[in-house]
Amino acid sequence: MEVLIRNLGLLINAILIATPPLLLAALGSCFSERSGVVNIGIEGMMTIGAFMGACVAYFSGNGWLGFFVGGLSGAVLGVIHAIACIQFGADQTISGTAINFIGPGLAVFLCKAIFDNSSDSPALDTAAKLPKMFEGVFKSGSFGYNVFSTYSVAYLSFLLVLVVWFVFYKTKFGMHLRAVGEHPQACATLGVNVYLTRYICVILSGFLAGLGGAFVTLATVSQFRPAVIVGQGFIAIAAVIFGKFKPQGAFKACLLFGLCNGIKALLGAGNAVSPNLVSMIPYVVTILALVFVVGSTRVPAANGKPFLKAR
Amino acid sequence: MSRKNNILSSNAFYTLISIVIGFIVGAILLSIAKINPLDAYKQLFNGVFGKPKFMVWCLIYAAPLIFTGLSVAFSFKTGVFNIGAEGQFVVGSLTACVLGILVKAPAIIHVPLCFIGAALAGGIWGAIVGVLKIKKGVNEVLSYIMFNWIAFYLSNFVVNLSIIHKDGGGEATKDIAATARILAPKSIIAATGASAANYGFILAIIFAVIVWFIINRTTLGFKLRAVGFSNTAAQYAGIDTGKSFLTAMAFSGALAGIGGAVQLMGMSGRISQFSGQEGYGFQGITVALIASSNPIACIFAGIFYGAMKYGGGKLSLVNAPAEVVDIIMGIIILFIAISSLFKNIFLNHGKKGAV
Repeated sequence: MEVLIRNLGLLINAILIATPPLLLAALGSCFSERSGVVNIGIEGMMTIGAFMGACVAYFSGNGWLGFFVGGLSGAVLGVIHAIACIQFGADQTISGTAINFIGPGLAVFLCKAIFDNSSDSPALDTAAKLPKMFEGVFKSGSFGYNVFSTYSVAYLSFLLVLVVWFVFYKTKFGMHLRAVGEHPQACATLGVNVYLTRYICVILSGFLAGLGGAFVTLATVSQFRPAVIVGQGFIAIAAVIFGKFKPQGAFKACLLFGLCNGIKALLGAGNAVSPNLVSMIPYVVTILALVFVVGSTRVPAANGKPFLKAR
Repeated sequence: MSRKNNILSSNAFYTLISIVIGFIVGAILLSIAKINPLDAYKQLFNGVFGKPKFMVWCLIYAAPLIFTGLSVAFSFKTGVFNIGAEGQFVVGSLTACVLGILVKAPAIIHVPLCFIGAALAGGIWGAIVGVLKIKKGVNEVLSYIMFNWIAFYLSNFVVNLSIIHKDGGGEATKDIAATARILAPKSIIAATGASAANYGFILAIIFAVIVWFIINRTTLGFKLRAVGFSNTAAQYAGIDTGKSFLTAMAFSGALAGIGGAVQLMGMSGRISQFSGQEGYGFQGITVALIASSNPIACIFAGIFYGAMKYGGGKLSLVNAPAEVVDIIMGIIILFIAISSLFKNIFLNHGKKGAV
């Protein structure tokens, strides 16, 4: 029994570390997709966030500052995506693909330029990482230690789900953003600023993706490496689809996919179940969801379609 | 006046401007990193044109990119966006690798077998997405992305199976049999000095012509283009649009799959465990965009990308990060995507002027 509880604690701990980056990026993706702009550049935005987070934390020694700047750097790529898609009516999938070239390319470029031609940034001191909560309250290795003595950002990201849900369904802005994703022409007629609403949403999605990337380097890995973001951005997109483009749905999907990653982390290498097969689960599950609950997984009507003001 | 409008409405004009902007942005970044952009670009240029051997290497690099470029270009022509070429490339390469290791046969059977296996694997990978789109209305961009990652982890899974995996550790498969390689004769390899000189580039040219022929000179190609141009109009004309999409997506997938086989059988000879996506499929999107989806132009766009990749690898000689190539390419496709608006403005402007 004791072993079981301890293992459960370890599993929850692994979920709490694997979920926040997915969740932050997925919440951002909700904003973008619901406002009618497809953002497959999430992965690239996470990668630049991961690097800037690690870099700023390394030089300032302040994990929170790194976390915030990581978000900002994602937001900068969000601005580029927004200008291309909203202002110039560019194909959103192509623009997102471009972001996925630019983000990781820029991250490794800057890393080599700053850290003496090395594609890995130096390891961060514990003090420069994001802080953990309840340090010293629980006995090391106990259930309570594993569940509660973890990064405060993990729990904050869960709280953020509530905030985003509130914004989506209880505020005027939330109503506008959902409406411009369905019928921008009607919104424009009613005096809603379609461009501004979409700009805010896409930039916000970049910011949150950047935060998600920064969490990986400032909590999980404690340094930047080129392969530090491998597919998390795409899992976040999968989670949004699986969660029917709703923040609360994306949250549940992220917990499920976080569980997959948690199991993978616990299994490690050389076990009966191949970690590669476990890694596949989020993508397979999302395909199945798209196939079997297709009626309810409705993509926002104006998603992917540029809205150009009559000139 | 009309000549000016012709230029302003041609794709090549905007592509050229986008490429120039890409290099300018790259130069700005290099300057910020305190690297003289002229030195870096000179190194890039010498890395490509400095010796005949270098140019042969560029063509070796170009071959798989021409295939993924053709795959994406073909999909664009038929109204689909094959962002799944990445995954189709991986399963193609994986299938060719498994066949290349496990099957024992003379080259005359072994080589075609590997190619057919790769084409089938890539084709099926693309066709599954097509079936989901037609039968269940699943958005193809989303399922392509999911299938890219399923292929990624499938490959890593297979690479680690004991009958495939290299004996004595490491993170790669065994080498495929010599009978499954498409290397050029030893004399040519010796003459060019490029150890991986192979028939991939010649195959790529042949396939570019085949794709051009299918699109422009056959009834099938006409139907596929009609559906790509206007789904509803094609339906009205009695074309089975569902079948048309499926054919296009399967064929596009097969092209990417063959590209995977070319890379494996020509260049690498084995598959290593991936730590991140290799990017051939996404680079194919860039090739197709630079080529404005013209199959023949894909050859030149593929050579351009291949040269940038190979030459970029030598930038470390002047302490410049090779990743500047990724950034330049990203900027190029971003600006090509943006340019569609300008083109329409100029086109409309031209029409008004004519009235």
